[in-house]
Amino acid sequence: MNYEITIGLEVHTELSTKSKIFCNCTTLFGGEPNTHVCEICSGMPGTLPLLNQTVVEYAVKTGLATNCSITRYNKFDRKNYFYPDLPKAYQISQLYLPVCRNGYVEIDSDAGKKKVRIHEIHMEEDAGKLIHDPWEDCTLVDYNRCGVPLLEIVSEPDMSSAQEVIDYLEKLRAILQYTGVSDCKMQEGSLRADINLSVRPAGQKELGTRTEMKNMNSFKAITRAIESESKRQIELLEEGKEVVQQTRRWDDNKGTSYSMRSKEDAHDYKYFPEPDLPPIEISDAQIDEIKSSMPELPQNKKLRYISEFGLPQYDTGIITNSIHLVYLFEETVKICKNPKIAANWIMVELMKLLNDSGTLPENINFNHSSLGKIIVILEQGKITRETAKKVFGEVFYNDVDPDTYIKDNNLSVMTDSLAIRTAIEDVLTQNEKSVNEYKGGKTQAFQYLIGQSMRALKGQAQAQEVTKILKDILG
Amino acid sequence: MDICKMTALELAGKIHSKEIMIKDALDAVYKNIDKFDAEYNCYISTCREPAYRRAVEIQARIDAGEIISALAGVPVSVKDNICTKDIETTCASLMLKNFKPIYSASVIDKMEAADMILIGKLNMDEFAMGSTSETSYFGEISNPWDKGRVPGGSSGGAAASVSAQEAFLSLGSDTGGSIRQPCSFCGVTGLKPTYGSVSRYGLIAYASSLDQIGPIAKDVADCAALFEIISGKDAKDGTSMDFPKFEYPNVTNGSIKGKKIGIPADYLGRGISCDVKDAILNAKRELENLGAIVEEFAMPIVKYAIPAYYIIACAEACSNLSRYDGIKYGYSSPLAENLKDTYIKSRSEGLGMEVKRRIMLGNFVLSSGYYDSYYKKALMAKKLIQQSFFDAFTKYDILLGPVAPTTALKKGESLSDPLKMYLGDIYTVMINIAGLPAVSVPCGFDKDNLPIGMQLIGKPFDETTILQAAYVFQKATDFLKSPADLQGGLS
Repeated sequence: MNYEITIGLEVHTELSTKSKIFCNCTTLFGGEPNTHVCEICSGMPGTLPLLNQTVVEYAVKTGLATNCSITRYNKFDRKNYFYPDLPKAYQISQLYLPVCRNGYVEIDSDAGKKKVRIHEIHMEEDAGKLIHDPWEDCTLVDYNRCGVPLLEIVSEPDMSSAQEVIDYLEKLRAILQYTGVSDCKMQEGSLRADINLSVRPAGQKELGTRTEMKNMNSFKAITRAIESESKRQIELLEEGKEVVQQTRRWDDNKGTSYSMRSKEDAHDYKYFPEPDLPPIEISDAQIDEIKSSMPELPQNKKLRYISEFGLPQYDTGIITNSIHLVYLFEETVKICKNPKIAANWIMVELMKLLNDSGTLPENINFNHSSLGKIIVILEQGKITRETAKKVFGEVFYNDVDPDTYIKDNNLSVMTDSLAIRTAIEDVLTQNEKSVNEYKGGKTQAFQYLIGQSMRALKGQAQAQEVTKILKDILG
Repeated sequence: MDICKMTALELAGKIHSKEIMIKDALDAVYKNIDKFDAEYNCYISTCREPAYRRAVEIQARIDAGEIISALAGVPVSVKDNICTKDIETTCASLMLKNFKPIYSASVIDKMEAADMILIGKLNMDEFAMGSTSETSYFGEISNPWDKGRVPGGSSGGAAASVSAQEAFLSLGSDTGGSIRQPCSFCGVTGLKPTYGSVSRYGLIAYASSLDQIGPIAKDVADCAALFEIISGKDAKDGTSMDFPKFEYPNVTNGSIKGKKIGIPADYLGRGISCDVKDAILNAKRELENLGAIVEEFAMPIVKYAIPAYYIIACAEACSNLSRYDGIKYGYSSPLAENLKDTYIKSRSEGLGMEVKRRIMLGNFVLSSGYYDSYYKKALMAKKLIQQSFFDAFTKYDILLGPVAPTTALKKGESLSDPLKMYLGDIYTVMINIAGLPAVSVPCGFDKDNLPIGMQLIGKPFDETTILQAAYVFQKATDFLKSPADLQGGLS
């Protein structure tokens, strides 16, 4: 039997505001435990939250970028539950009147363009982190993350494969990064996704029973988790068993998920309106101001790259999916004035370096002007293509300045024909056998001699020049 | 000259004119505390060392002619649910025994900026839950008028300390009557300000949408002077509001000639004791003599006040008190063996009966399946109550009513019957639900010579009008007595 998979996502993204949502503590990642903490975010008795207005601005930005309607009069609610990482024993969130509703994100799926609808976006505070100390066999709490602002972006169950989920997440990430709302670093937890998944026999109208999976911190893990969970659910149905509604935790090391709690043990969060914060009213003027400060969004940028630069659809998709690639591309174009060549370098050489080193675009840390400089030098014929690739490798790993590096290492193209001729003559003397073979009619020997000559010249001579001289000598 | 008999403004005047040294005022009040408090139990802790240190600083500035605040140098006592940096703040609970906050409440900062001196932390009902001050982990408080009776609550220590001359003035908090009712029981004056006029930052929350800090003092003028110091918008409290600055001299310069005063007829109906009703009707005549126009009007919404209040207050309380989990600070059960155990045992052992009762009530009304029938309905009742007051204030400048149906109850009377205790809050809780200001002033004595209080209720942020009326009333009447006057001295 064929099965359809239905997936909806709850995405949590940490906002890149300087201070926390309800106090002035920094949101910086990775401080010593409990150093980014005050009486407010540690939930000391008597303290009150004070809303950071930038959080509202970022929420509205995200809402507008995902085609949501903005709730002009929205409110915070309390979500009550006990856990040591939650110092007030309630999370300030939005249930009844979330800030954004009814939007969509358009993705390019295998079946063409598809809209993934956004049910709602709400603002809330992050919790702290529990750290297990294996030496003392105890659990410690770090409140640094408490009160870091989050947006929870809840989609409708509109996705039907792991690939669509990744497409959606990439699109969402690009939007959040373009608008400056979040840096979306998954390994630092600033983009996290919970996956609601169900399967049903193809053609069946009503949805199957869903499970929710938590704790995915990379696109790879998400793909694996979706594949594993849909397989598990299909197998259950095939065996005539039922899928139990439950929350499952994905263990990426083991490649399996396990049940955390079932529907019966589900928390009753006893939501009620947060009495410590007045309602938020968003005016037309505020919305207009935010609209006018919106940057060009991924979809528009992509279309512009295609129409203005004549770039291939595929390349623009890859580049515009990451704000970091966009930054590099636009800086490179500014310098070399040739979008096609710039895109080509990013799609071929940069991708190769990223893959080889296992680096994500967000972790590129060389001077963005370097690639443009290399292209200019190459186009001027001052270095060979081989040298250009080599220099780019140095730029990528060691952030060298291309001009200095080329100069210091004597990498400029050899323009002295006499010197080239002398070097080639040496090569011919050392490879008499190949010379004779060539003269005896074996044309492959000529290619070999070019290779040997290029090597002797350390790749710094133009290949045409070498070929010309070689032909000249060999007659 | 008995310093402790003075009002705060009288004392301040003598400190400013250097007739009295601040140190002498501290000596006098601490002497009274040492003498009487074993009996009354108004204080949970005193902070003598920092108080005397502060006195030296302020005295030096007074001597140098630098001081301008109306209450500079005056010792003040504070209910023990208001955070004081590095000074124990217990909420009268085992849960927060020995708890020292890392910051001070905004009202404490404001009083410090006005050069007042904190002398101690006052006993109360545990977490401000109760109307008798009998639920304190640190023991019950005695009413200075009759040691066999309660002082009211939850700000029982704040009212009784002023009554017993163990404090010149104090800060209490009022969620459903917790300032006004003990003032009524102890024969002192207290103001429950408009919601949003005094910062709640640093007030350990009972019910966030209802809690307000307010002054308790020997008379209206003292209350007004302290209210001027503590009121005003605070950037740390998102629910505090901007409003024209309150100025206490306006209170003592006013008149009530031609002012319209309404008495909700439902406040004088079933359940009120004869003595209290007579005292209110006497006050009505007195106010008429002073030139006010007083009439009764119907306010049938009163019947929804108690259920709406206890649903809203308990719902917020159960959430506000969840942070006391035995993990971060406060009481942690030594018997707990794992996380769940820590929660259950720490809270079961660390919190008292009345607090646990309200936490359970709150959890019940917020539970899924019950939210709509209880909490949502209570919010609807809140809207109706607000509307009733709004309507009443289109006709009247001030509303008048009793504070409590009875005078001070005997100890132990209501502990056995919590519902009876809840019903005693009938006249006060509506004012919190509507967020209005109300001042409780003595207006008579019952047959046992126990004080009776009345409340004057005002429009939002119009403390001036009700305090003017209360001031004129106090000037014209003779109900401001200390238990010492009537009963031949404090024991």
